[in-house]
Amino acid sequence: MAATSRTPVVAVTGLGVLTSLGAGKADNWRRLTAGHSGIHAIRRFPTDGLKTTIAGTVDFISVEPFCSSELGERMADLVSEEAIAQSGIGAKGDFPGPLFVAVAPVEIEWPHRQVISAASGANDSVTYDDLLRAASGGQFRGIHDRCMMLSVADHLSERFGTKGSPISLSTACASGASAIQLGVEAIRRGETEAALCVATDGSINPEALIRFSLLSALSTANDPPERAAKPFSKNRDGFVMAEGAGALVLESLQHAKARGAKILGIIEGCGEMADSFHRTRSSPDGKPIVGCIRNALADAGLTPDDIDYINPHGTGTPENDKMESLGVLAVFGERAKTIPISSNKSMIGHTLSAAGAVEAVITLMALEHQRIPPTINYDIPDPAIPLDVVPNTARDAKLRHAISNSFGFGGQNVSLVLAREPV
Amino acid sequence: MTEPLRETWITGIGIVSCLGEGADAHWLGLNRPPPAPDTEAFAPYPVHRLAPIELDKQIPKKGDQRQMEPWQRIGTYAAGLALESAGVKGNTELLQRMDMIVAAGGGERDEAVDAAILTGLNKAGHSENFLNERLMSDLRPTLFLAQLSNLLAGNISIVHGVTGMSRTFMGEESAGIDAVKIELSRIQAGQSDIGLVGGSFNAERKDLLLLFETGGCALKNPFAPVWERKARGGGVVLGSMGAFIVLESRAHATARGAKPLARLASVQSDCVRRQPGAVTASLSRMWTTLKSQVAPEGMALITGLSGAEPATDEERSWLTALPAIPIRATGSHLGHGVEPQFVMNIALATVALGHEKLFAPAMSSGIEVAMNAPLAQVIVTGVGHWRGEGMALVEAAR
Repeated sequence: MAATSRTPVVAVTGLGVLTSLGAGKADNWRRLTAGHSGIHAIRRFPTDGLKTTIAGTVDFISVEPFCSSELGERMADLVSEEAIAQSGIGAKGDFPGPLFVAVAPVEIEWPHRQVISAASGANDSVTYDDLLRAASGGQFRGIHDRCMMLSVADHLSERFGTKGSPISLSTACASGASAIQLGVEAIRRGETEAALCVATDGSINPEALIRFSLLSALSTANDPPERAAKPFSKNRDGFVMAEGAGALVLESLQHAKARGAKILGIIEGCGEMADSFHRTRSSPDGKPIVGCIRNALADAGLTPDDIDYINPHGTGTPENDKMESLGVLAVFGERAKTIPISSNKSMIGHTLSAAGAVEAVITLMALEHQRIPPTINYDIPDPAIPLDVVPNTARDAKLRHAISNSFGFGGQNVSLVLAREPV
Repeated sequence: MTEPLRETWITGIGIVSCLGEGADAHWLGLNRPPPAPDTEAFAPYPVHRLAPIELDKQIPKKGDQRQMEPWQRIGTYAAGLALESAGVKGNTELLQRMDMIVAAGGGERDEAVDAAILTGLNKAGHSENFLNERLMSDLRPTLFLAQLSNLLAGNISIVHGVTGMSRTFMGEESAGIDAVKIELSRIQAGQSDIGLVGGSFNAERKDLLLLFETGGCALKNPFAPVWERKARGGGVVLGSMGAFIVLESRAHATARGAKPLARLASVQSDCVRRQPGAVTASLSRMWTTLKSQVAPEGMALITGLSGAEPATDEERSWLTALPAIPIRATGSHLGHGVEPQFVMNIALATVALGHEKLFAPAMSSGIEVAMNAPLAQVIVTGVGHWRGEGMALVEAAR
């Protein structure tokens, strides 16, 4: 990578978060530090015959008939509102910078397909030719607009008045972190004084659940649901799908100070390194994860000794936690065993495309409150993972710099270095 | 930022479409009348199908080929061509720090499974349990990975070893425009030295045709060139394609002895509500920022005109009001490739600049006219069928 400029310093002046634990920072922080789980039996659709019947669905927002991109959009609205209100930047509907939105890939969903199928009048055998015939005539234009990949970003940009072409992106389960990275880069380039970075995922529908289930990625410890997500435990058996959203208002420190904004934190560094080993598995030597964390530290101008807390990807799959632990041990050496590393996913599940932003928000809250949310469900330590996972109970700690890791299918690795105060 | 922007070159292109693969096939094809699309395979919709490619040449492992659906194979293949053209293929040290922004849609669905489930749902009284059962038993586990948008980038990492940075933009035509814009900005600002940018599109899919038909913008037979669809209400003819370019700072390219194919001087992007006049206003705004950089002599314009109305009509009016700039719409030859369309046209501008000559006009349009002056600068426009507007300036770098 080319030499990057660390100036201007990028501050955070607004945060918004929504998970299965609730809407907003206050509720989420209270429940996360109390060790509550947002995982429950799926009520949105029947789960008979499925191996996994639990998830962290966001049920307190009603979308009828259910549509994943619709829920994703509604959650993105709420977290963006929260973040922009806190930052006090711009005017209503006039955010003074670009928008970067991480979303789950948008597609025509089964309810859409069924509506078009019904309109086709084909009773015996339904084919795509029938659907095409029924769709011709323009009565399903709403489905087209809803199913554009750009639709959520387009809506947010109109509602909040962000500037320029909104960027809708995916790096699978690292998407939220990539959205933040793009915002940091835009501010560092001097193109803008502020950026709105949002990540949202409302994708729990039967096909999405079954897709991950068929890859054997999900926990099947359905009963009791709140005990299923067990990052770093010896008996961990997969991740738990979840929904949520996170938003950050990024701003050059200078601009934020000049307008008297409260500084909530600093994005000190971003690191990235793709893995070319396999579509779903990490390189067995851990080099991409190690390189990713080191790139982030170098970008922040810090050394491993400066890091006080790690917010890991920590999905609870046998593979991820093993490889992430290996990477952390390689970067931080002996000291790795004493750096607190706690996985929010033990409580809120894996919010997929949103996770990178949701967890960056939680890490910034940990820095603000000088308190670390726990890794719950940690009863059977894995001897192969000799890390301080902050088991089961939140803990006060002196925190200056923290790392948040996000890794995704397709060899996507992103690490963010976050701090409470500018150094 | 006070530092001057770094000059950015296009040092590699990789293109495949119905015209074939590579610069020469496209140069030949664009100088001939548009080839007829396939009007039967997806009737009543004409589709520009990909010319046959030998996958083994760019994706040597059959195992890798099997893990991909066609859209990923097309893209991984085109990316390989671009790396080869830039002279960096297999250069592990360089590829490990090469950045990548891919513009992607979603992957192919299993149409037979969808159809069987819809049929079954009718008989099962739309029972949700039936949907679960069939999805559990009928979906291939690896199909998900072939559908995931960011897995084109993932496959390029695996097959070609590009691992510096990997980001995937998803936003139809906008995604391709902003992928180029952002990597150009990163290089100009010193955040990146070399980047692979592009995407792919498989048009030979009824599930995608369905998406465009719900939007009321898929042209039905008979086929007509993009300039000549207005009387029928317009319409998009989808075209399979893969297009990647290698962007590189002049300093980095010079240091490794690489020659420029062209200079990418500027990329503008926009995303306007499509009220009447909005596309026109957007194009005018972007043109205003670029026009001081162009010399009328030696300049041409390549448009990604999609055929979708009312966007195409506004763009046509805007284009024809420009003062005497030779115009070419490539969509009649290639079809509309959505995400990679803008990158493809930047690549085709690069090919033409390499010949110092614009390709032949489609005389029947009444809009395209012959250009005799040596080609020095090309404006590339892209207007999405629903959202997204872009404009690039590509120049000869000699």
